[in-house]
Amino acid sequence: MPVESPFHPRTAPLCESYRWKEWAGRHAVCSFGTTVDPEYLALRHACGLIDVSPLFKYEVKGPDAAALLSWIWTRDVTRLAVGAVAYGCWCDEDGKVIDDGTVARLGPERYRMTAAEPSLRWLSRQARGFDATLRDESESVAALALQGPTSRGVLRELCGSEAADLEFFRGTRARAGGLELDVTRTGYTGDLGFELWVDATDAVELWDAAVAAGADHGLAPVGLDALDITRLEAGFLLAGVDYIGARDAIIPSQTSTPFELGLGWAVHLERGPFVGRDALRREARGRSRGRSRQALVGLVADWEAIEELHERHSLPPSLPTRAWRESVPVYAAGRQVGRATSGTWSPTLKQNLALATVEAGRSAVGTRLELETTVAYERHTVPATVVERPFFDPPRKKASSGAAAEEGA
Amino acid sequence: MARPYDAIIIGGGHNGLICAATLARAGRRVLVLERRHVLGGAAVSEEVFEGFTFSVCSYVVSLLRPWIIRDLDLARHGLRILPLDCSFSPLPDGRSLARWGDPERTRREIAAFSPADAEVYGEYGRTMMQMGRIVKPLIDAPAPRPTSLNPARLVEILGHARRLQALPRSLRTRFLQMMTMSAADFLDLWFESDVLKAPMSVSGIIGTYQGVRSPGTAYVLLHHYMGEIDGAFRAWGLAQGGTGAVSLAIAAAARAAGCEIRTEAPVERVLVRGGTARGVVLAGGEELYARTVVSGVDPRLTFLGLVGAEHLPAELCERMRHFKLRGSSGKVNLALDHLPEFTSRPGIGPHMHGDVAIAPSIEYLERAFDDAKYGEPSRRPYINVVIPSLSDPSVAPPGKHVMSCFVQYAPYHVNGGAETWPERRAAFGDTVLETLEEYMPGLTSAVLHRQVLTPWDLEQEFGLSEGNIFHGELSLDQLAFLRPAPGWAHYQTPVAGLWMCASGTHPGGGLMGAPGALAARAMLAEGSL
Repeated sequence: MPVESPFHPRTAPLCESYRWKEWAGRHAVCSFGTTVDPEYLALRHACGLIDVSPLFKYEVKGPDAAALLSWIWTRDVTRLAVGAVAYGCWCDEDGKVIDDGTVARLGPERYRMTAAEPSLRWLSRQARGFDATLRDESESVAALALQGPTSRGVLRELCGSEAADLEFFRGTRARAGGLELDVTRTGYTGDLGFELWVDATDAVELWDAAVAAGADHGLAPVGLDALDITRLEAGFLLAGVDYIGARDAIIPSQTSTPFELGLGWAVHLERGPFVGRDALRREARGRSRGRSRQALVGLVADWEAIEELHERHSLPPSLPTRAWRESVPVYAAGRQVGRATSGTWSPTLKQNLALATVEAGRSAVGTRLELETTVAYERHTVPATVVERPFFDPPRKKASSGAAAEEGA
Repeated sequence: MARPYDAIIIGGGHNGLICAATLARAGRRVLVLERRHVLGGAAVSEEVFEGFTFSVCSYVVSLLRPWIIRDLDLARHGLRILPLDCSFSPLPDGRSLARWGDPERTRREIAAFSPADAEVYGEYGRTMMQMGRIVKPLIDAPAPRPTSLNPARLVEILGHARRLQALPRSLRTRFLQMMTMSAADFLDLWFESDVLKAPMSVSGIIGTYQGVRSPGTAYVLLHHYMGEIDGAFRAWGLAQGGTGAVSLAIAAAARAAGCEIRTEAPVERVLVRGGTARGVVLAGGEELYARTVVSGVDPRLTFLGLVGAEHLPAELCERMRHFKLRGSSGKVNLALDHLPEFTSRPGIGPHMHGDVAIAPSIEYLERAFDDAKYGEPSRRPYINVVIPSLSDPSVAPPGKHVMSCFVQYAPYHVNGGAETWPERRAAFGDTVLETLEEYMPGLTSAVLHRQVLTPWDLEQEFGLSEGNIFHGELSLDQLAFLRPAPGWAHYQTPVAGLWMCASGTHPGGGLMGAPGALAARAMLAEGSL
């Protein structure tokens, strides 16, 4: 039975739909209302407030904190400036991705790492010999995501200008009324947005302050269903859905390398040893044994084909209102070459999007593939095209405060 | 003289009945002879006290092979299994650990003792399951024949080797470690908390005269990860109506196929003429004839008791004398007026619906073995408790309860001799109640009736030599092609027409049913039947 998040006293009465799911052992709202659209629209056109406390969070502190994180991570964390945040992943000795998340440098020798899966034991084992201490903050630190085009205005009222004017992937210590918190300009929606990290005992107070600050900015509480649509539009991976972490895989073919997941940009190979480096170097050099077997791509299905299939059954085409995550076969010329792992209708882009893992040779942008679909209980395929990720990438996501981009996409 | 049977099965235990049902369904004329008044052998339910039905010996179901359930259509013949969702370990200091079907809930429970253990628990389960996949085909087929050069046999062996080879290197290493290490050492590779390791380690010692620190006990841990119900791995359950209901469902399937079953028909010996088994002689002198005689009792009783050393090779007699039976456990069944609570987790809650392990630490378990090693019952034994009446109200009057306590160690070869066990029986029962009282105060005063079974009782009443619940320890030197003896691990015996079909043969004891079914298949394949 899941337990309650620190924001539960506020989220529970608001959840009119009674639609909840389990996220890392916590009760989490799927959608507050019975339809997802208003929450999705808040994220893309105003501001959404999402309880992301179930994320696993670890504080890494001490003279060797950066060295330890660099040993674990595929990225060189020693290059990270104070107040900077980085996204990355970590691998096992065979170069297979275990999990992905962010590292924020909160002080000269203090970092916070997030993870989708519990990682304390693994971190502790890797920490042997490093002068660094680990603390599991998963329960003691609550987290709120404040995401959307008006989130900066909300944050300015909530915490003042220093926090609101943060650059993309930067963080700072801030105050909201009498509360102390960390603010980072990060998120899982691929949009302008922030994440607020606060002591769990102050969670309810922060929620109330954020709701008050958001009153004039269209702020709405948002559940995981709307978040799932936006993360797909942003082309972000979900561990356990779009890839299986190496520790959860039952057979080796279920695992993936960072290159296969399109995270090669987050792998710094030309540096000292780190977990999985040798295997990743072999793969990067493209030698026969280490070569990438597969690639994660973005797919857009042909709308006309979907319409035509429905027409054949005298049906109007119907749009799914939520993202899906049941694997669907992907074909090329009738032969299966991969699987789409999750997808959604994008109300913003007016496209049917999917993330798919396909044979490495089928991953070039523009490649035509076929996506399995069911219409009127019959199995069909529809043509789909490999496209660049992110699918949706508004300039405001990275724009500095004051830039004109704040108002429009 | 009556027409001889195609097969006479000695013993109406679950394996004997499965063997009989399988042969009967193949059109053979089969007779099962059971010594007691009730079927099931050690898989038996009895209304020992009015209104209270005990699973007298075996008390949980999990390893019963799913293909046997399907083949014999046991669900249609009345088999119902109620899953156990929780493993609960109360501690004397007032803390407790419950492991649930829900992995997140389990993770939180374990994290209270060790966050690191909580994190790795799922990974351990997945690893054991992967290794279970290697072993499962071994228990669902006759034992491999490593010394045979028959191409078909070699292909089998290669198949097993290939499955092992297909594992990632790290898993292969784990597998080899597991085959040789002690349960406690193997768990040390994964976990740090004693509170977690102790109840996990006991599955390595059930039914053996070894401690959790004895090498070779790690392998048996795997058996816990092979339990399946409805094809779902790692599930344990109770049979509705007690474990005997499993035997009765099998008996119903056998009868429906035309099998004849007689109770209170004790076999005194196997009729051997000219080196060939011709039938059996009952205690009253009645002689019954069959083309094949199948022993559903343990190997020592079969060879040295029912056949007689004079009909056997000296080498086999010697092996039987050294075959490790040495029973180490007893059973205490309680009829309760009401159910007391555990101090460490008050209330009659879901934590009581599963099994409860009195195994607070590795040291506790090893000390329990120390007593037994020198011929005494453990002063503080490992106890595995289930309270079937919570999930299955049919076994006790309303509001009353049945509590089944599996107790280890109770060495058969107790100081003063096994035959002194009847004098020790009451004290043994008292030790169990005193131990439980430390976790569940008020238990003793809630007891309406108690049934205490020592290893001596298991031998005298159920025919288990030296009280061994598995017809021979499940140690590597007595498994697969070594069970029960090299050269005789494929259900046949040196006596023509005499076969074995019970837990003393491959793949071994527990409520699996595989020996009975595999023996029947071997007989049918051999063609003499």
